[in-house]
Amino acid sequence: MTPFEFIRPATLAEAVAAGAEPDSRYLAGGTNLLDLMKLGVAVPRRLIDISRLPGLDRIEAQPDGGLRIGAMVRNSDLARDPAVLRGHPAVAEALLSGASAQLRNAATVGGNLLQQTRCPYFQDPAAACNRRDPGAGCEAIGGVTRGHAVLGWTETCIATHASDFCVPLAALDARVEIAGPGGTREVGMAELHPLPDEDSAGNPAIRPGEVLTALVLPPGSDAFAGHSRYVKLRERTSFAFAVVSAAAMLDMDGGTIRAGRLALGGVAARPWRVAEAEALLAGQAPDAELFDRVAGVLTEGAHPSGQNGFKIALARRIAVRALVAAAAGTPARMPALPGSVFASEGDLTHV
Amino acid sequence: MTLSITMTVNGDRLALTLDDPRTTLLDLLRDRVGLTGTKKGCDRGQCGACTVLVDGRRINSCLALAAAHDGSDITTVEGLAQGDDLHPVQAAFIAQDGFQCGYCTPGQIMSAVALIAEGEAGDDPERIREGMSGNICRCAAYAGITDAVREATRRMQQDERRSA
Ligand SMILES: Cc1cc2nc3c(=O)[nH]c(=O)nc-3n(C[C@H](O)[C@H](O)[C@H](O)COP(=O)(O)OP(=O)(O)OC[C@H]3O[C@@H](n4cnc5c(N)ncnc54)[C@H](O)[C@@H]3O)c2cc1C
Ligand code: SF4
Ligand code: FES
Ligand code: FES
Repeated sequence: MTPFEFIRPATLAEAVAAGAEPDSRYLAGGTNLLDLMKLGVAVPRRLIDISRLPGLDRIEAQPDGGLRIGAMVRNSDLARDPAVLRGHPAVAEALLSGASAQLRNAATVGGNLLQQTRCPYFQDPAAACNRRDPGAGCEAIGGVTRGHAVLGWTETCIATHASDFCVPLAALDARVEIAGPGGTREVGMAELHPLPDEDSAGNPAIRPGEVLTALVLPPGSDAFAGHSRYVKLRERTSFAFAVVSAAAMLDMDGGTIRAGRLALGGVAARPWRVAEAEALLAGQAPDAELFDRVAGVLTEGAHPSGQNGFKIALARRIAVRALVAAAAGTPARMPALPGSVFASEGDLTHV
Repeated sequence: MTLSITMTVNGDRLALTLDDPRTTLLDLLRDRVGLTGTKKGCDRGQCGACTVLVDGRRINSCLALAAAHDGSDITTVEGLAQGDDLHPVQAAFIAQDGFQCGYCTPGQIMSAVALIAEGEAGDDPERIREGMSGNICRCAAYAGITDAVREATRRMQQDERRSA
């Protein structure tokens, strides 16, 4: 690790001012940043510890019915929060399917949203990488790319977004609040996680000196609570990143779907949603053939970025599987294996 | 840059100076405090060998900076036994053959102590395995580990009932 100066500002204003200095990085739980510093991928000269900034560790019901979650709330605390379990069970399930109990105790909401891709070339300082070094090229292309994107990628970057948590958040139209030198701005999940284009590699849209202060689940997003699931395919039963995953949420009116939400993880630089796919669900009865059509529209245009063509069929199937699970209803108790395709609860039809 | 921090480690209050803020909590415990029970496996959050309790919660000490834990209350595997009386989780690991080489064991035990305190897995082997999945065992003593956690859970519940 390259030496750095360690500072702990007492207030948000001080943290914002300190972050604007060159080569500074914010430290929250440190589970991603310290790892990247040990690898020599992140080389801050100044580390600004924001983990104890006052006021950022609260979960508050908003007057309008939304839920505001402070950026320093730990992943484990959020997954156990009664309001989240009751109103947003797929968010809790996604959190609990990610990392390990130890990591979730340290990892913060803000750090999870701003975590870096797990692209192995990004993690290797000797490899060319447009994300780390704009214009350097992308060494992943033509390399080992089982885990890379099949949707929304360009030759600039083929990396995927690694977070489980962000998948149901995207489906719920969550927003984040960002404090910076010019005041506070609010952005949606899609804006926070831009796709790569011809020139830019799709890094999170947060600038130096900006602190992510809160996550907001919009009012009405608890309408899906009764039929919300997150399903994640992994290469081992637990403690592994998603190969592909899906969050599915249905707002049911008796036997009819009033509205549906669906997002894929592990396939693109951001959780993948397609409005036309979700629109097909409205007014219909849950049905395997319908779900298959929806998954087809969701994955339309998917193409391999390397050795990962197999992920297209898997993504389509995981979307169907999540919809079937959501239609069966949110389990009364969190499954023993959250998000697992091996879950014993519920009547999961194998597809 | 030099930083002064205080920490309570297994009940002892320590005042420490860090001449390098790069020191992880794991390296501080092992190299400065001299408590080598906590192990370094991967140093990247992937194995759980370095698990300790910080303010009662289990974390990977390899991905924690000592400087960021100024004022914290740390428990390591050395802090569990009362003299010669083993903690119920330690005793259960011995009784149930919860290890082979023993390298992962301090992390497994600290993780199990926290898992039982979290109170969500109960006696369910599937929930215990999931809750312990952040601790890898290269010797694959998993069957014994799960049995040890179940036994310790039951024993601690009995002890609690008796003292209630
Ligand atoms: C072994 C391992 C397995 C994992 N498995 C999974 C998994 O299965 N699923 C999954 O989703 N994740 C997984 N993770 C990733 C984990 O979720 C992230 O490391 C964690 O959420 C990051 O949170 P943190 O608070 O520790 O962030 P940090 O490491 O502190 O920060 C991450 C980044 O965000 C910036 N940052 C943090 N907070 C703010 C803020 N408020 N404002 C501005 N910038 C900020 C930091 O500067 C840094 O660039 C795994 C990690 C490890 C090490
Ligand atoms: S895929 Fe993206 S993150 Fe990976 S090496 Fe290429 S540019 Fe970097
Ligand atoms: S040494 Fe910390 S998790 Fe492996
Ligand atoms: S007992 Fe050898 S690694 Fe677990």
